[in-house]
Amino acid sequence: MMSNLTGAERASAMLITGIGVVIGLTMAIAGRNDVMGAQGWIVLAFSAVLFFVVANALYHPEPTEDRTTSYYDDPTKVGILLALFWAVVAMGIGVWVAAQLAWPNLRFDAAWSSFGRIRPVHTSGVIFGFGGNALIATSYHIMQRTSRARMPDQVTPWFVLLGFNLFCIIAASGYLMGVTQSKEYAEPEWYADIWLVVVWVAYFVLYIRTLARRNEPHIYVANWYYLAFILVVAVLHIVNNLAVPASFAGAKSYSAFSGVQDAMTQWWYGHNAVAFFLTSGFLGMLYYFLPKRAERPIYSYRLSILSFWGITFFYIWAGSHHLHYTALPHWVQTLGMTFSVMLLIPSWASAGNALMTLNGAWHKVRDDATLRFMMVAAVFYGLSTFEGSFMAIRPVNALSHYTDWTIGHVHAGAMGWVALITFGSIYALTPVLWRRERMYSGMAVEWHFWLALAGTVIYVFAMWNSGITQGLMWRTYTESGTLRFSFTDTLIAMHPYYIARALGGLMFLIGACIGFWNVIMTIRHVPNLSPELDYPKSSKATEPAVPVAE
Amino acid sequence: MFKTILKPFSKFFELQAKTHYRVERHSMALTFGIILAAGVGGFVEIAPLFTIDDTVEIDPDMRLYTPLEQAGRDIYIREGCYACHSQMIRTLRDEVERYGPYSLAVESQNDHPMLWGSKRTGPDLARVGEKYSDDWQVRHLVDPRALVPESVMPHYAFLLDAQLETDSLPDRLWALRMVGVPYTDAMIENAGVDAVGQARPESDWADGVLDRYGQETAVRTFDGRTDLVTEMDALVAYLQILGHLTDLPQQIQPQAEE
Repeated sequence: MMSNLTGAERASAMLITGIGVVIGLTMAIAGRNDVMGAQGWIVLAFSAVLFFVVANALYHPEPTEDRTTSYYDDPTKVGILLALFWAVVAMGIGVWVAAQLAWPNLRFDAAWSSFGRIRPVHTSGVIFGFGGNALIATSYHIMQRTSRARMPDQVTPWFVLLGFNLFCIIAASGYLMGVTQSKEYAEPEWYADIWLVVVWVAYFVLYIRTLARRNEPHIYVANWYYLAFILVVAVLHIVNNLAVPASFAGAKSYSAFSGVQDAMTQWWYGHNAVAFFLTSGFLGMLYYFLPKRAERPIYSYRLSILSFWGITFFYIWAGSHHLHYTALPHWVQTLGMTFSVMLLIPSWASAGNALMTLNGAWHKVRDDATLRFMMVAAVFYGLSTFEGSFMAIRPVNALSHYTDWTIGHVHAGAMGWVALITFGSIYALTPVLWRRERMYSGMAVEWHFWLALAGTVIYVFAMWNSGITQGLMWRTYTESGTLRFSFTDTLIAMHPYYIARALGGLMFLIGACIGFWNVIMTIRHVPNLSPELDYPKSSKATEPAVPVAE
Repeated sequence: MFKTILKPFSKFFELQAKTHYRVERHSMALTFGIILAAGVGGFVEIAPLFTIDDTVEIDPDMRLYTPLEQAGRDIYIREGCYACHSQMIRTLRDEVERYGPYSLAVESQNDHPMLWGSKRTGPDLARVGEKYSDDWQVRHLVDPRALVPESVMPHYAFLLDAQLETDSLPDRLWALRMVGVPYTDAMIENAGVDAVGQARPESDWADGVLDRYGQETAVRTFDGRTDLVTEMDALVAYLQILGHLTDLPQQIQPQAEE
């Protein structure tokens, strides 16, 4: 990988990793009396390893061929492998967390192994580690292909990818040490938040610069979604994480907002992390890989426009549906509910657009598990957006809120939609990236598909049952008008569902492990594809825009 | 069928598609379009919460967290208790009957951040203060299933052996004042000794706590250990103040019986 970097690029990579070492050392020394010190050593180790990797190859021969004739895929490859690694780790912890609720003794005795500390490792690991790496990697692939242009330089993509992973590592290790802001899905403390802003700005600049180099007059719809993902996540992240650190030598900070304003800001962030991280970005994936794999054009350009702007405009209003019947003013609750229901239109427009694209290719869905991953993902997207709009209606929310129904809904989206579209995209992408004829084992893809689908269904049904049961028990009255069930009564009722949930999660995890293994075996053992035809082409013809050097 | 339904809107779609076909050639047009489209909702919903006066009720007698309670709150956050316990009683009959008067905005006006929560794997804690004895809370945290056999709560026995770190408390109270909590200079200066004093009723420091935070402040050996001020002291002190920072909910909702 280093052989593709020029001398100047290697030098700037050394400079950046060197700065990383200094920052890590500063944190370690300044925070020596605080958990921040331990985080500093992690930053130091991470940067030092990369520093030596670069330094080791500093004087190796430089690349000679004309780089504009090919795409830059090295960071994409690493990103895909990192995404799969995080998937296995974070889903594994998810199974453990789930098992703790069924069998509390699996908590063991360490301070770091309690539900409260490892649960954010699961959520952040899956959303940011798995989802984020998959988004960054696929965005690198898609922005180059749909722009028919190579990325502008070779350092920024590495900086964004590895910098983002450093953020994930600081976050996950921090939770285990008790470093958290308690804001769900925005738990990392102030220094990690600042670092993510730096990485994110670089990501946006890289995206815009690649688009600026495009050999194609139009910006393809997948890129709109990736742009919305990058931009809006930046705004959400910065506003929700505004805080004052107690000391620059310590991890602890206090949010700039309090009480009701904080609650609204948090769920404005929280719900739009779902919208712009877990929906927009992955719709970008869907809009590229599904038509590509099905070899069918997108069904409707106009529906794409409608759903894109609909999602971007409506979603942002929906956050207050997390706060029905609370101390949040009624008018905000009502706005949140209204927009959540309206959101169904652009959401189903997207799901419908994806499924209609498959018209004429349904035999491929039957035969090709990779395409089936994407098809089922679109179906789950439609289902969970319907469920979401439904649950946002105030009286429904009275029953569902605070119960496992919410957990079931989130996982219908996260497993059924986000993870399935990601695995489908990875199976479509791996042979292309590594120039392989096919995946190592088609049967393993089938196994992964059925394990993932069965795992999701078991999980979601268990949580529906558990959530609705608990919600109903809480509000059941005896004939004399007193509450019928104590809180502990509901715990007994939920026990079997918690076991079923852990089982569903385990099946999903096994599927992910099979997927990781299959990708590794594809890289190592599947013969190369020839001829290697993957280079920037002019939009006017299928001829190369510039002569092929290879 | 789809096309028949959409037919009346065809002109609008035509215009939209034509305009978009031109706009989507410019990455900056998309960038600003996205920021604008996504900016409206958040602004309309969040900004007025800071300006409309009756968003948060006013209680001039509202009590502040003592340093020990704030330290306990930080431990509550550190251990991720908010992942399973809400602190927000909704305006629903069964919740009011189970947990007490519904929560008001004023109750969390000094909570940076709020801990309303999103999931009740365990019960709501908004009014758990003084509902159980200190001894019950400590024993429950050390071994939840010894007291509640059905519980799935993790145990926190290690808190009883962890000495409470008080050196950073002045900094923490200072940061809280920066974001709007009205701590006085004296409170910030004495935060460390006040934390110890609240858990040591017989010590000279105990009076300072009562002076600065009110005579009703609970000054007790919360965890039963007299040799050490532990993290358990802080956490239990925090749990025991929950729901008692203001009397406003009880005044506004006299019909609700606890």
